[in-house]
Amino acid sequence: MTETKLASGTTDPYLKIERLSKLFGTFTALKDISLEIFPREFVCFLGPSGCGKTTLLRAIAGLDVQTSGRIFQGGKEISALPSSHRDFGIVFQSYALFPNLNVSANIGYGLVSRGMPRVEIETRVNDLLRLVGLPDSGRKYPAQLSGGQQQRVAVARALALSPGMLLLDEPLSALDARVRAHLRIEIRRLHQRLGITTIMVTHDQEEALTMADRIVVMNQGAIEQVGTPTEVYRKPASAFVADFVGTTNFLPGVVAGPGHVRFGDINLACELDIHFGPGSDVTVAIRPEDVVVRNIGPATPNAFSARVAEIEFLGSFCRVGLAVNGGDPSLVADFSINAVRDLAIAEGKVMPVALPPDRLRVFPRQTLTP
Amino acid sequence: MTAFATGDAAVTPLARRRLDRDDVLMRLGICLLIAWLCIAMALPLWALLSKSFQNQNGEFIGLANYIRYFSTPALFISVWNSVMIAVVSTAFVLPLAFVYAYALTRSCMRWKGLFQALALIPILAPSLLPAISLIYLFGNQGFLKELLFGGQIYGAGGIILAQVFYCFPHALIILVAALSMADARLYEAASALGASKMRVFFTVTLPGAKYGVISAGFVIFTLVITDFGIAKVIGGRFNVLATDIYKQVIGQQNFEMGAVVGFILLIPAVIAFTADRIIQRRQVALLSARAVPLEPKPVPRRDWAMFAFCAAVGGLIFGILAVSAWASVITRWPYNLTLTLNNYAFGDFDTDGWGAYWNSLSLAIWTAVLGTGIVFVGAYLLEKTRGFALGRALAQLLAIMPMAVPGLVLGLAYIFFFNAPWNPLGFIYGTLAIMVVNSMTHFYTVCHLTAATALKQMDPEFEAVSASLKVSLLRTLVRVTVPVCLPSILDISIYLFVNAMTTVSAVIFLYSTNTKLAAVTIVNMDESGFTAAAAAMAMTIVFTSTAVKIAHVLLTRRLERTTQAWRRR
Ligand SMILES: Nc1ncnc2c1ncn2[C@@H]1O[C@H](COP(=O)(O)OP(=O)(O)O)[C@@H](O)[C@H]1O
Ligand SMILES: [Mg+2]
Repeated sequence: MTETKLASGTTDPYLKIERLSKLFGTFTALKDISLEIFPREFVCFLGPSGCGKTTLLRAIAGLDVQTSGRIFQGGKEISALPSSHRDFGIVFQSYALFPNLNVSANIGYGLVSRGMPRVEIETRVNDLLRLVGLPDSGRKYPAQLSGGQQQRVAVARALALSPGMLLLDEPLSALDARVRAHLRIEIRRLHQRLGITTIMVTHDQEEALTMADRIVVMNQGAIEQVGTPTEVYRKPASAFVADFVGTTNFLPGVVAGPGHVRFGDINLACELDIHFGPGSDVTVAIRPEDVVVRNIGPATPNAFSARVAEIEFLGSFCRVGLAVNGGDPSLVADFSINAVRDLAIAEGKVMPVALPPDRLRVFPRQTLTP
Repeated sequence: MTAFATGDAAVTPLARRRLDRDDVLMRLGICLLIAWLCIAMALPLWALLSKSFQNQNGEFIGLANYIRYFSTPALFISVWNSVMIAVVSTAFVLPLAFVYAYALTRSCMRWKGLFQALALIPILAPSLLPAISLIYLFGNQGFLKELLFGGQIYGAGGIILAQVFYCFPHALIILVAALSMADARLYEAASALGASKMRVFFTVTLPGAKYGVISAGFVIFTLVITDFGIAKVIGGRFNVLATDIYKQVIGQQNFEMGAVVGFILLIPAVIAFTADRIIQRRQVALLSARAVPLEPKPVPRRDWAMFAFCAAVGGLIFGILAVSAWASVITRWPYNLTLTLNNYAFGDFDTDGWGAYWNSLSLAIWTAVLGTGIVFVGAYLLEKTRGFALGRALAQLLAIMPMAVPGLVLGLAYIFFFNAPWNPLGFIYGTLAIMVVNSMTHFYTVCHLTAATALKQMDPEFEAVSASLKVSLLRTLVRVTVPVCLPSILDISIYLFVNAMTTVSAVIFLYSTNTKLAAVTIVNMDESGFTAAAAAMAMTIVFTSTAVKIAHVLLTRRLERTTQAWRRR
């Protein structure tokens, strides 16, 4: 679908999902999902709550069977295999640690029933404890650990059998912000160290952007876009993605001709798909930080004058509400503190701004939050 | 499945998951559970039902038995009597238990623990005990007989008084649970709006406990209408459905008419049960996760009034028990009041002597051990099996049904089913085993619900984690589920033990000469006029179940201590 930077050079996907659908009664939780995940990749399923991320993850794990469609792992079809015959480790949102077993016993739970000798189990458990940064907590019970520590134990337990794939369902959402930021880095590091193919479900776009090799953006049971964080951020494939990931201006426009959209009195040059015929209603999207305010000359494309309606100081930058076409503020722009100072930007000032054509994305007009 | 789909991307095959060993075992387990509940309950009930449509030669005669029943006023009057007794008893118990529960949960009176324990005593006694005590107090030679002004304790009045004593703790448990669920914020809001105490009670307290009150009402109604022992001992010539069955079957050997009465007794029990379940289903979670538990504040006048009330009610309960205890150790009421233990030499009053007690003890132990195992594994299967919806729904229905079947009816049904010449299981007839099966089944539902509640509180992903770690469910059941649920498992086994020890109605039709039970000898000794010995046997049962209950409390405390490292949150 889109070009991807892969951790390894191979092109054979490790996990392949083919036309997967899932119905709960008459409710369609997953619609015709096809997806390829490559070896050693870190993939995030990102989407609003209720969009089917967990359902997809559970189908991959064999915990909730899909209604139709097929799944391949390592070249082998696993569509009909029960969970116990699939090769994955999983961390649930609740962690599901066994409360009556101490940390070591939790981590070694799968090893014991493999008939591994006790000494080896002990070594492996200690290795895992060190791996997740809890070398001295083996004898504690889950209830005696903090949320972040419990989460690490759950990860260690999922890794104990050296599975081919690690599945994480919102592993950080139960933690407070500081711990969460810290664990993001930890999980990412762990992944780099072990190189295990990892799928993480999250509804937090920042988490997905900072952690994933590739992001699968989902909405209402369907995939909206698959791409690297940069692609998803820079080139959102739909208005939904543009809106859900980061902040975006949505400007209502009408196609004026090839490569041109009218936005009020302003004529915007942009990359325009051929299938938008002249006169069709569109939405033009641009990120606030892409609005240009410096070095605007007569040759600068898509330049127009705007009035500063409001300024919000946000530390390292200012968020500015701009009124264009002589109306209410309809365009939000992020300007660096430098620019604000140099250009003496203040409320009421009228000045030229420009929307670089390569930063504009044009989508069909939908009733969507502006 | 893969054959026709390869190479054709447009055809997406419908997916089915293959079953692993755990799936197969779980489904097999559910099938076994269904088979078990069919043999122990559904088929016997079917046998009872078909018997009621037959004549003495086993020929089908349609509704003839029923027509005869309803056209014989002497029989039919019992329906009215039973319903009347049940309604009046319920009307007495509910307000008493409500105020008592209110005092325990919403006041700051002293000695709450003592009052709570006192009120629960009747659960540990056979229902016959209050009847015997009342006879000592108000019977033909009772020392308070004058209080009746020439009236009789034998009859409706006696039955109702004894039932109030016997049912009180059952209502109390439900109402205490209902009243302890209160959100302090509601009360603060109400008083901030300036509502009077009275208004708060009627607009906040009562609606909050509404479902508990309704549930308690149905439970008492069913307990009273299906109880046999009290009506047998103190009913005199006042006939109710439960004693009618006994008279038809044991007295007149008219099994067909017994089956008819049994079926008629089933109807109010099933109606009460169904109505309760429908109403409870409407109950939404009253307590949100953010609810603030209500801490009662001291209000001296109210607290002392509550104290006085509880002292009176608790005192009466204790008094009733004390009368039996005292009666069991005096030589000959009312002529010789010297203390003696001769009444406990049961061999002098009944051919089985202490043998009946030991039979009861082994019945209780077997019921507790086997019953707890079956109930817990059954509930586990129902909660944790994936797929197999039809089998699970059927098993679920069968697991809930025993609650609606009176013990007396189930016992009678067992006669028809296990004593039938064609039944290969006939060999257990007349043994202790059939009574164990009967007791386990009769008390199944309450235990099942307890186990299911405990299992529902466990993280639903434990089984998924086990599967991902390639650990069999059986191992996770033993290593994790059972240890975490141990307090509930103990509760279930104690419940089964105490009930098997005290029940009369479930086993009255099933004992044989070698397997007579303690509670049954109480009925027999009372019939033969050995009331003191009957009281002594009742007290022996009370001592036994009290000892077991105390052991249970100590064990649970110990368990809490040893496991607090992982239970505390
Ligand atoms: N067992 C179920 N039965 C019915 N509906 C379900 C079930 N599990 C999930 N759903 C529905 O499927 C949708 C997707 O759920 P889920 O995958 O859990 O969403 P999320 O993206 O938040 O993880 C939701 O609308 C949810 O209500
Ligand atoms: Mg989810």
